[in-house]
Amino acid sequence: MPLIKNGVFVEDRFTPVADDAPLPENGAIVSLARLQSERAALLARNAPLGVRLKSDESPEQLGDDVYRLSVVVLEFPKFRDGRGFSWARMLRTRLAYTNEIRATGSFLYDQIAFMIRVGIDAFEVDENFSLEDFRRAQGEMSYAYQPATDRKKQIGVLRVIE
Amino acid sequence: MYRYDEFDARFVAERVAQFRYQVERRLSGELTEDEFKPLRLMNGLYLQLHAYMLRVAVPYGTLSARQMRMLAHIARKYDKGYGHFTTRQNIQFNWPKLVDVPDILADLARVEMHAIQTSGNCIRNVTADHFAGAVVDEVEDPRILAEIVRQWSTLHPEFSYLPRKFKIAVSGAAEDRAALQFHDVAIQILRSATGEIGYRVYAGGGMGRTPYIAHVVGDFVAKADILAFLEAVMRVYNQSGRRDNMYKSRIKILVNALGPDEMRRQIAREFDEIRRAGTLAVDAREIGRIAAYFAPPDFEHLDSNSPNYESARRHDTDFRAWSDINLAPHRSPGYAIATISLKPIGGVAGDASDVQLDGLADVIDEFGLHEIRVSHEQNLVLPHVRKQDLPAIFTRLVALGLATPNAGLVTDIIACPGLDYCDLANARSIPIAQRISERFADLDRQRDIGELKIKISGCINACGHHHAGHIGILGVDKKGVEYYQLMLGGSGAEDASIAEILGPAFDEHEIINAVEQVVEVYLDRREAGERFLDTVRRLGPEPFKERVYASH
Repeated sequence: MPLIKNGVFVEDRFTPVADDAPLPENGAIVSLARLQSERAALLARNAPLGVRLKSDESPEQLGDDVYRLSVVVLEFPKFRDGRGFSWARMLRTRLAYTNEIRATGSFLYDQIAFMIRVGIDAFEVDENFSLEDFRRAQGEMSYAYQPATDRKKQIGVLRVIE
Repeated sequence: MYRYDEFDARFVAERVAQFRYQVERRLSGELTEDEFKPLRLMNGLYLQLHAYMLRVAVPYGTLSARQMRMLAHIARKYDKGYGHFTTRQNIQFNWPKLVDVPDILADLARVEMHAIQTSGNCIRNVTADHFAGAVVDEVEDPRILAEIVRQWSTLHPEFSYLPRKFKIAVSGAAEDRAALQFHDVAIQILRSATGEIGYRVYAGGGMGRTPYIAHVVGDFVAKADILAFLEAVMRVYNQSGRRDNMYKSRIKILVNALGPDEMRRQIAREFDEIRRAGTLAVDAREIGRIAAYFAPPDFEHLDSNSPNYESARRHDTDFRAWSDINLAPHRSPGYAIATISLKPIGGVAGDASDVQLDGLADVIDEFGLHEIRVSHEQNLVLPHVRKQDLPAIFTRLVALGLATPNAGLVTDIIACPGLDYCDLANARSIPIAQRISERFADLDRQRDIGELKIKISGCINACGHHHAGHIGILGVDKKGVEYYQLMLGGSGAEDASIAEILGPAFDEHEIINAVEQVVEVYLDRREAGERFLDTVRRLGPEPFKERVYASH
């Protein structure tokens, strides 16, 4: 799937791996269940590691392992399931996780701006999705009313400056 | 009232452009109806039984004359000449065309209005006491906080795809006119013994198929911390609220599954973290900026007795009745709070025509009234009226068909749109309200009965608040026939309680008789000074049951 990261298309250096499949040479993305069951072996590998969280799996379940991860993939199984927005926020604030947070699943164009605001920086998108779409989604609203984890101009801050 | 600055104005304008693009994509087929649905819902657009319905936000129920005129214009140009005020202080238009909706939103933006988050699984329009700023027993005008909450909750990136809709109400008075304890979250403004102002926060109230009274989750939250506290509540709910069953996904289910103590513990954990980060602290200057918009008008120093008013009361029996029933005491001498009933006998609760909306705008301007309010009981309120102007205003209301003297009486009925409009409904609500209203049309009889709140819903979703009715009526479907359950003893006020079902349901004719019989029991058995609700609470259901089911 095409991957947009930090606003540009990039090559995906990770391979999603099913729970019963062998691990590839390079970067792998495994489920939380597999990380927990093969933890020692996975963390001992000399390759980047990612974990894919289902929408009902809190990043807190990763414990300190979160700091060993190069990517956390948040699943959006239905666009109506908004838990991923809170998981991303928790990763960036409570857990102070700084590597890639990737959204995958059936999220909508119109959710991208919110996802950026809560700290998601990578998006698995459809083949026909363009960077123009992405930039448009990001720029539809110039300001935000509330603080989040991004740098969007906040109305409250602007008012104090004016 | 609040006025947009350049940032608010640009925000709403961009939102209109964004929605215009969404509608284009829907009309071209790029978006499926399923994908379009959450987007249109967050802009207040429903697909109803016969057509689209647009719900326009009236933040905390406050409108200016200019805004009223725009609503009249929209009713005339895009609808069938009327709008419908709702139990959440909003106004709905029942017949807009999809292609027109971006233009309607652009028209609304010109008068600082929008339809953002009036539906969908997000934080809805924030409601407040409709007597805000006018009553005696108020700690602080709740609209200041409501506006702060409105801004924080608008397009909140984390909380726009919640398990279910989320309704917040605010009140600053001892008497609860905002049905606080039936809200997902409610904020009561309090003054401590040391004179400090803070907030009591409730969570987990609600109606629907499982009614609950809210629990207190924050005893006295500091002013600067309120958004951090609300964000904490929302984060707990967004993470842990159920998403597997839409009937169990409101926060009330979570609060009652966890228990209030565990809910408080989880909120406290999030709250400590958010507060420590500091980014959501409410800036005192911002509170001051918003509070200035809600500063009370410069009330004239008037004598509490107005000869003009007293003379009209002596000579005009209609005016006397209306002023007895529809006026409430104002904090400033010589002023009154006037309720404009949208419940004409046999009419449709909450409906107002373009002519009425325009006519009220003229009244606001000519009598220097500044603003008008929408109440959650689907009436309108003139909050600051000089008593000396009341006779002239009454004459204008009579001409507009808006002078029904029934505020708080048995014909002041809340009813949802029901099966006449709504695709969720099992039964009609409007005709039941109309028949009850006609049955009790006699004003002397209404006044003898006194305060009695009847609330009617056409399905279990309870948009007509039947759980909180002194008399609640719920429409159900029995093998294709409309039936109505009768409930007694609910209250949406500070003495909140949930109405209880009396017995087997009635058909559409029997229910009217049953309501009348229940009222007769009250009249027979009441003690001095007792309202209907007091008698029901003292006697319990048995005497009512006996009378109503005697002939069955």
